[in-house]
Amino acid sequence: MKKKYKIEVDCANCALKMEEAARRVEGVADAAVSFMSQRMDVNFAEGADEKAVMAAVEKACKKVEPDCEVFYR
Amino acid sequence: MTKKQKKVLYRIIVAAVLVLALHFLPVEGWLKLLLYLIPYLIIGYDILRKAALGILHGEVFDENFLMAVATVGALLLGDYPEAAAVMLFYQIGELFQSYAVGRSRKNITALMDIRPDYANIQREDGQLEQVDPDEVAVGTVIIVRPGEKIPIDGKVLEGSSALNTSALTGESLPREVGSGDEVISGCVNISGLLKVETTREFGESTVSKILDLVENSSMKKSRSENFITKFAHYYTPAVCLSAAALAVLPPAVNLLLGNPAGWNDWITRALTFLVTSCPCALVISIPLSFFGGIGGASARGILIKGSNYLESLAKTAYVVFDKTGTLTKGIFQVTKVQPSSAYEEWRKKQSASAENAEEETTLWSSLLAPAAYVESYSGHPIAKSLREAYGHPIEQIRVRDVEEISGHGVTALVDGVPVAAGNAKLMEKLGLSYEESNEAGTVVYVAVDGTYAGYIIISDVEKEQAAEAIRRLKAAGIRKTVMLTGDSRKVAQYVAARLGIDEVEAELLPADKVTCVEKLLEQKGRKEMLAFVGDGINDAPVLSRADIGIAMGGMGSDAAIEAADIVLMDDNPVKIALAMKIAKKCLRIVYENIVFALAVKASCLLLGAMGIVGMRMAIFADVGVMVIAVLNAIRCLYVKRE
Repeated sequence: MKKKYKIEVDCANCALKMEEAARRVEGVADAAVSFMSQRMDVNFAEGADEKAVMAAVEKACKKVEPDCEVFYR
Repeated sequence: MTKKQKKVLYRIIVAAVLVLALHFLPVEGWLKLLLYLIPYLIIGYDILRKAALGILHGEVFDENFLMAVATVGALLLGDYPEAAAVMLFYQIGELFQSYAVGRSRKNITALMDIRPDYANIQREDGQLEQVDPDEVAVGTVIIVRPGEKIPIDGKVLEGSSALNTSALTGESLPREVGSGDEVISGCVNISGLLKVETTREFGESTVSKILDLVENSSMKKSRSENFITKFAHYYTPAVCLSAAALAVLPPAVNLLLGNPAGWNDWITRALTFLVTSCPCALVISIPLSFFGGIGGASARGILIKGSNYLESLAKTAYVVFDKTGTLTKGIFQVTKVQPSSAYEEWRKKQSASAENAEEETTLWSSLLAPAAYVESYSGHPIAKSLREAYGHPIEQIRVRDVEEISGHGVTALVDGVPVAAGNAKLMEKLGLSYEESNEAGTVVYVAVDGTYAGYIIISDVEKEQAAEAIRRLKAAGIRKTVMLTGDSRKVAQYVAARLGIDEVEAELLPADKVTCVEKLLEQKGRKEMLAFVGDGINDAPVLSRADIGIAMGGMGSDAAIEAADIVLMDDNPVKIALAMKIAKKCLRIVYENIVFALAVKASCLLLGAMGIVGMRMAIFADVGVMVIAVLNAIRCLYVKRE
């Protein structure tokens, strides 16, 4: 399952770090962050709970870039 | 500017004024430190906070850390103005970068300003109601007023108008539509009111697909971008370790040799080294260049699905074309009508003896009419093009005794006159002597009233821009152009010769095309890329097999948009050369930035380590280089109009 999230991040390097951090979260099969379009695409692993995984992803991202923001619709 | 950016701007102004004022204040010692701490903290508190959080989270080596260490170090050494200035310039650079990125992001979204905000639905009382396009079901009738965007793909029920398709195709010429025509979302209705019956949901409509594609494109990262990611991974720790070594090792050696240690000097050099080393110029300018290139291309009707394809496109040496629908229009048209002299004489006699002269004249006036009538029951594409070329309604009651002779043609009685239309075999079967045609295309021989009446040539018409497209590709340095087609060898060679294509493979089945492309892939050099250009409907396997698949978007053909890496929205093959030009320019700018930033940084690092340049040069190497690189990257967005 693949989902897109709008994010807010101020620097390109931070976006790269968020991408790496998100990839390491359990339940994430793959993640991509685009600084230019301010978007994060998350590909969830089979059977992963989206809400729980995204909470972990956000936590991991905040750790590498305290000023980042993930928006849920 | 956003709120966030404005806040930074105010902080910059306040801090800059304070630093300038302090410059003229004759204070020394602790008071000086305290006074300089005010602008320093105003401008740098968030960076210090992030650096501290980073250390707590074990994310040590980042820009914030570099800046924090460099400025705190400067404060400890007593270089108060320098500490404040480094922070100040760093923030100016960051603000500039975020502003520039925001601007180009906005520019690109404006270029791709095709997202419709609403759809008009007519209520029972005749009032129009604006609803979210997402909520409109298939088969709903929507109203599109002049000046509005068509929100959803559909079919015109009533009204006629001109459509501006430029946001989709980059084409400035408006397209005329009337009732019965398909219209695609994203076009702007210019003149008349249209009643449109939707044929798709909003999510499946062209406009959604395109927006999705463009938004996704920055997710597929190019090799240069991946290089920078890896580079930054090793670079920052390496720089920090070198700086630490620079601060500690030389003084230690001095002490061992019994000389004065010179701590201050070496620590200053190490700090200069740190400020210089910040990799922001590369990290920001490269994705920005690709983003700009993709945005500039989409403004011209070229959709590129990822930065990696921009990279491959710049290295393309072979271009393989599908013929039908790509170089030719894919519409079979009557290109020549050649009546025989016998027919002309027979026609004159007919119109002279006709009771209703006018009607008879229209039926027998051209060879097209009898051919269209005799083929009026046939569903064959050739019959269709004959009827289209004739252009008048056909009264089928005038046709009797239709007989289709498989592999030959059709015979029938039209107004009681025996008419036959078909290939050479049909003429031989009927025992008629005919004039053989050598022209490329499909030949339809016609016989009227038992005599040979002439022939009609039906062929696929070349696109007007096809020859120009090949010429430009050659000028852009393409090594070889190849055309693959399922069509007959004679037609293929004729078209290839006219367009200037180097190699032709004809009479291919769809599977043969894959084999041909695979053979070419083996022949080419390792660094050369092969692009396949097709109309996407039955070319999907080839499109995915080639290094780059370029599809003719065909104004909304889904198969094309999905299978290809690059989509030409207006089906114009000239755009391939333009896309290559954009790709090359973009790549050139990326390399310029890499070389420029690395060269300036390397020399400043070296000179800083040797103590030749100071903090001022370090700030240039950091912020100045970044500003120049970003300005250079923005050039990618602009594509010259021809």
